Amino acid sequence: MITARKLLGALALTTAATLTAACGASSDTGASKATDVKLRMTVWTSNEDQLKLFNSIGDAYRAEHPEVSSITFESLPFADYNTTLTTQIAGGNAPDLAWMGDLSRDLIASDALVGLTDQLKATDGWQYDDLVDSATKEFSRDGKLYAYPFSNSPFALYVNTDLLAKAGQKIDPKTLTWDQVAAAGAAVHAKTGKAGFVIRDFDYKSWNTLATVWTGFGGSAWSADGKTCTFDSPEMQRAFTFLHDAAFKTSAMPGPGTKADFFAGDAAFTVAQVSRASLLTGSFKFGLYPLPAGPSGKYAVLGQAGVGVLAASKHPDQATDFLAYLTNPANAAKLAQFFPPPRKSLLTGAKLAENNKKLTAAQLQEVVVDQLPNAVTLPNHTSPAEIAQKGKTALDALWKADADIPTVLKSVCTAIDPILAK
Amino acid sequence: MRYWTTRRRDVLTGYLFIAPQLAGVLLFVLIPVGLAIWYSLNKWNVFTGKQVFVGGDHYAALASDPQLPSVLLATVVFSGGVVVLNITLGLLIAVLLNRRFRGATFFRTLFFSPVVVSVVAWTLVWGFLLQDNGGINGLLHAIGVDGPNWLQHGDTAMLSVIVSQVVRSVGVNMVLFLAALQGVPSELYEAARIDGARSRSIFARITLPLISPTVLLTAIITVVGALQSFAQIAVLTGGGPELSTTVLVYYVFQQAFEFNDIGYGSTLALMLLSFVMVLTLLQWQLRRKWVFHEQ
Repeated sequence: MITARKLLGALALTTAATLTAACGASSDTGASKATDVKLRMTVWTSNEDQLKLFNSIGDAYRAEHPEVSSITFESLPFADYNTTLTTQIAGGNAPDLAWMGDLSRDLIASDALVGLTDQLKATDGWQYDDLVDSATKEFSRDGKLYAYPFSNSPFALYVNTDLLAKAGQKIDPKTLTWDQVAAAGAAVHAKTGKAGFVIRDFDYKSWNTLATVWTGFGGSAWSADGKTCTFDSPEMQRAFTFLHDAAFKTSAMPGPGTKADFFAGDAAFTVAQVSRASLLTGSFKFGLYPLPAGPSGKYAVLGQAGVGVLAASKHPDQATDFLAYLTNPANAAKLAQFFPPPRKSLLTGAKLAENNKKLTAAQLQEVVVDQLPNAVTLPNHTSPAEIAQKGKTALDALWKADADIPTVLKSVCTAIDPILAK
Repeated sequence: MRYWTTRRRDVLTGYLFIAPQLAGVLLFVLIPVGLAIWYSLNKWNVFTGKQVFVGGDHYAALASDPQLPSVLLATVVFSGGVVVLNITLGLLIAVLLNRRFRGATFFRTLFFSPVVVSVVAWTLVWGFLLQDNGGINGLLHAIGVDGPNWLQHGDTAMLSVIVSQVVRSVGVNMVLFLAALQGVPSELYEAARIDGARSRSIFARITLPLISPTVLLTAIITVVGALQSFAQIAVLTGGGPELSTTVLVYYVFQQAFEFNDIGYGSTLALMLLSFVMVLTLLQWQLRRKWVFHEQ
């Protein structure tokens, strides 16, 4: 009997002790949840220097904010970035912050991003008015900014001057037109067997990169309100006739299925973002100029990337606070060594050249600073992947020698108009 | 009376033996199929997580999808091409390599080796070879033939994906056919030869009927495999030019993961599942008519 009582007493004590411990543990956990903030930001770069810079800014922020226990920069492959980010959001595993390119319109339209304007304006020393208007337009709705345009890289014309000399060709960058580029490119191809001009990343698939050409012809993919396709406009017909002739008549541009890498010395000209200058290896002499003039005159086209806070984040306030820190004037200056910034105070050729080993201050002034204020962005719309795929499917018929250009362009509008009208 | 009778114990043991397999089927087949049915009845905004019940709207959309007829045609051409070429070539190679000659093992290894290569790596290499200025046209040029721009025209692009798929996977069918051929009793061949039968009739009346169970197995495996081919299309052609190589499984991926239309993508996936099930059941039912052991 005594043994049974002792056993019962021991059991009761053990139960009480266990309950107390459990309560203690749960209150600890509850407390740690309030302070143990873990932030995660998805990026598409795997460049070690860039990640090192992000980590150092993250460490500095954590030193001032002990409630944030970690900030992780998660590198996702660029090719699958949108799909992976969307899957993470759909799977309930959304990052707190994310880089975004052409997915931004969908995210903004779905209210999936946190508005940043109020927080950024309220942050001491952030200097909201320092932002260039042309840079913020793509990431704004109803006057509110939803993503900070951290990278604003205009497209420019890279020229392999060695190849031009070999083919006996000369160009005047000040008065250069697309017709002159095509003529010189065709001559280089005829004399050296190398490619004439290449629109980088187009590869007869990513047709939105052709905006770097058709804008000079006065063309656009759709109306300003984004509701009506304008592929079948006379301006677009002229631009696509120019490209078609270059591919199939004059051989100024490599045809479908032919690879030519300007940075490996395979082409006389390429249209690419200024940030691609990092691919220059010094194996040939080069020139870097603003895009050639089209029939509509001079123009500039911009490729952008933004960073925003996901509304699905578990810690939207801390994430927004970190974004304000990451993009404040001091850190924006650090980021500018890799990404052309959206801040007027940082946009001078001399400042950009401080951290650029490939390009001179004069080049950066001419191809970045002078182009940004009036630059238009590449075509961007909600449902970008669907528009890209349906447009490509229709446009494939154009890349044949005997293509009926007006009919094909009309078919592009038939394919994408229903998506634009959604 | 004892609860744990011998019969009950046996039943429990049986269930325990199949439990891991059942758990796998439940987790990775039945629950996903159930979820796909649910998703197909909803419109899901993946950015906000909001789902709206739309009933049969996605099923009705199948009838009005302007791209679907081209996708189904591409699926039939691709699957038909792969199945016919794969089984014919697999059987032909197996018959040739079933004879005793020096180097037979080398050739068996050679034809089987692509099976163990990563499908993406294999397809990337084919992508380089099939470029306009690639290796295949280089070889053709050397013998005075001007090769086509393989991946830029609908017909040649489809031919390219079929051939790259068949060359990679024909080794599996070859091995299965080889095993079946070696199981045919040699006395049947001897008796046939004594009766004066020629090689062609020996193959048609003895070999083919006796290996028909393997033909059924390879037909089912190859049909299902062809309908699931995704990486080759994604890497080699991206479904183009136009929609010429957009097969159903690639279209499912586009709708669900690129266009973020999970509901319609699930509907298409269920359509693909029903195709696979009907084809497999059809082959299973037809086995009684032409498979030797089933008659």
